[in-house]
Amino acid sequence: MTDTRAAAAKHSTEQLTVDQLQIAPSRRHREVIIRYTLLVAALVSVLVSTLIVLSLLREAWTFVTEVVWADTWGQQGWFPRRGLYDIPTIIVPTLIVTGIAMVVAAPLGLGAAVYLSEYASQRVRAWLKPALEILAGIPSVVLGFFALTWIAPNLVGRVGRTTFLVLGAVILIGYAGVSALIARNRLKQYREGAADPSARIAAVAAIAMLVLVFAVAAGWTLNVWLDFAPNNAGSLAAAGIGVGILTIPLVASISEDAMAAVPDSLREASAGLGARKISTATAVVLPAAISGIVAAFIVAISRAVGETMVVFMAGGAADASRFTDSPFEGGLTMTAAMASLASGTDNVVGEGLTFQSLYFVGLLLFVITLALNVIAARFVSRVREAY
Amino acid sequence: MISRLYDDKSRALVAASIERRRADARGLLFRSLLQVCLLMTLALLAVLLLTVAFDSSEQLTTRLWDFLGGTLRSQSSDDKLGVHQGIYGSMWIAIIVALLAFPVGIGGAVYLEEYAPRNRFTSFIEVNIRNLAGVPSVVYGLLGLALLLNGQFFGLDRFTGGRSTLSGGITLAILVLPIVVITAGEALRAVPVSLREGAYGVGATKWEMIRTQVLPYAAPGILTGTLLSMARAVGEAAPLILVGAVTGRLGDNPGLFEVSALDDRFTALPIVITSWTQQSGRDVGFATAAAAAIVVLLVLVLIMNSAAILLRNRFEKKRG
Repeated sequence: MTDTRAAAAKHSTEQLTVDQLQIAPSRRHREVIIRYTLLVAALVSVLVSTLIVLSLLREAWTFVTEVVWADTWGQQGWFPRRGLYDIPTIIVPTLIVTGIAMVVAAPLGLGAAVYLSEYASQRVRAWLKPALEILAGIPSVVLGFFALTWIAPNLVGRVGRTTFLVLGAVILIGYAGVSALIARNRLKQYREGAADPSARIAAVAAIAMLVLVFAVAAGWTLNVWLDFAPNNAGSLAAAGIGVGILTIPLVASISEDAMAAVPDSLREASAGLGARKISTATAVVLPAAISGIVAAFIVAISRAVGETMVVFMAGGAADASRFTDSPFEGGLTMTAAMASLASGTDNVVGEGLTFQSLYFVGLLLFVITLALNVIAARFVSRVREAY
Repeated sequence: MISRLYDDKSRALVAASIERRRADARGLLFRSLLQVCLLMTLALLAVLLLTVAFDSSEQLTTRLWDFLGGTLRSQSSDDKLGVHQGIYGSMWIAIIVALLAFPVGIGGAVYLEEYAPRNRFTSFIEVNIRNLAGVPSVVYGLLGLALLLNGQFFGLDRFTGGRSTLSGGITLAILVLPIVVITAGEALRAVPVSLREGAYGVGATKWEMIRTQVLPYAAPGILTGTLLSMARAVGEAAPLILVGAVTGRLGDNPGLFEVSALDDRFTALPIVITSWTQQSGRDVGFATAAAAAIVVLLVLVLIMNSAAILLRNRFEKKRG
């Protein structure tokens, strides 16, 4: 074929035409068809998000416009089938479960990540990483079962009260310490640049905020401790610990990735200056990876807020609940309120807006998790820029 | 001066000051604290697995086959209690996810990595996919409820039959779609440029290059991602509750490959576990049944997960 073409080229005045170089039309058409088919596949995700937002907005809008707003605040609880939608009843337990989950997941996940990234030998890593991945692969219903049948009677029921007070005290003292440091720095800044009056206001406001949060948290801890009633059934504390275990692998893997992205030259420089391993880890690697670690915590919070099954199974509430702020009682988180409203009966029935309330809570959840994820993505991209 | 530094006495002194082992108490404490974190995590995993194994042993040793063939019952002492309907639902959900999410997800990833121009629209799609991956699963259930059960937007309820295995499968396929796109995209990005240039060099068109070079090279990575997302779909319960999975009693018990039952009322293994766990308060026997159902689910999920992990490790090693 090359020969005939060469022969043809020899005899004609034009050596090669554009037509001869073009690919066959059938081949070109196939290229175009495939390209557009793949584009459609990529656009499916856009369609999905549009549909999610539209379906949420549609029903949530009905709820927002038709609900009696007096029934959504300061009522005795969340009773959707009776038309009482007390929003604090589902928000406060969501905060409690998320808080407990983070108290469990943040230190365990971060500790495991630092160990794996800075201390563990190649051989130990080869065993531990798959173990963490197995934990990551365990479905949340299994954690729900574990939370209700083991965590609730053994961790929460037996040692709940003492642990709660000790842990609460440790966290509060830590918080007070950090606050004192921040307050000292703020005051120092203020004294050094004393000319600016806004610095003084900012310092006073920040200190007042820290003191206020501390007072509320301390009061709440004491109140819960005094009211404690041991209870082998599900509770927010049991669900929170379950959700925490579920998010450990998430915290560990994202923060380990962040530490792995810290260049070895930093570690070598630190060691070269004579730093011990602990100093290298805490004063060099951790600060360099801090954006990624913060992102890991935010993603874990988002995951904990959106986790449904563990709270639905071990949270200790049916489809309605009275307001509670004690982790040792049963309560409804936003997700559990949705799941329990939809389960059991054939249709979501009850007072007029029951079905719409499902979508209203869904929209709240969607907005909260989206905001958290966007913030986390910002932190991750900061790490990428640095190295 | 200098020679004096090299005499034996000075050398011994310097050596001693460098080599002397100093007790690094803080370092040791820190290290053991980290080990405790890791050990506690592993201990929790071990206690979880042991609790499940211990609770499930009664059901699994005395009536394994009856349990695998049985159905949802209202009493835990019922001879016919078992997970067959759950296995049917979960198996078909996995099949539907594979049929819907894998081709669309891999196709979308190929478009984004190979074809898409670097412009604002493309980065909008990418950001959109990343955000979708973080949406809580229960919200996907709300989408399924609106789209597939109530027939909003497209009237799909006639096709799915409302509360059915089909609805559950489609909802979970939508749920894992962003995960498939992201993992497949990572695998495609790892394909060396030299392979692409080689294919172009011998006159391949873009699609011929992708089909003969890029996809085969990225296949293990893509397969790992699809296996992980399938495991995720099989373990997921919250969206299924929203699209009306049956938690109480379910009459029908279709054979495993009875396709005609796909638009009937359904349940799935995670739903069975949820339902029995919640009933264990009233009827303690359900706790052992739930543990046994967990073993069945974990066997399925862990097989998929460990296959994915093994596959990845093998190819990582091979390619150095």
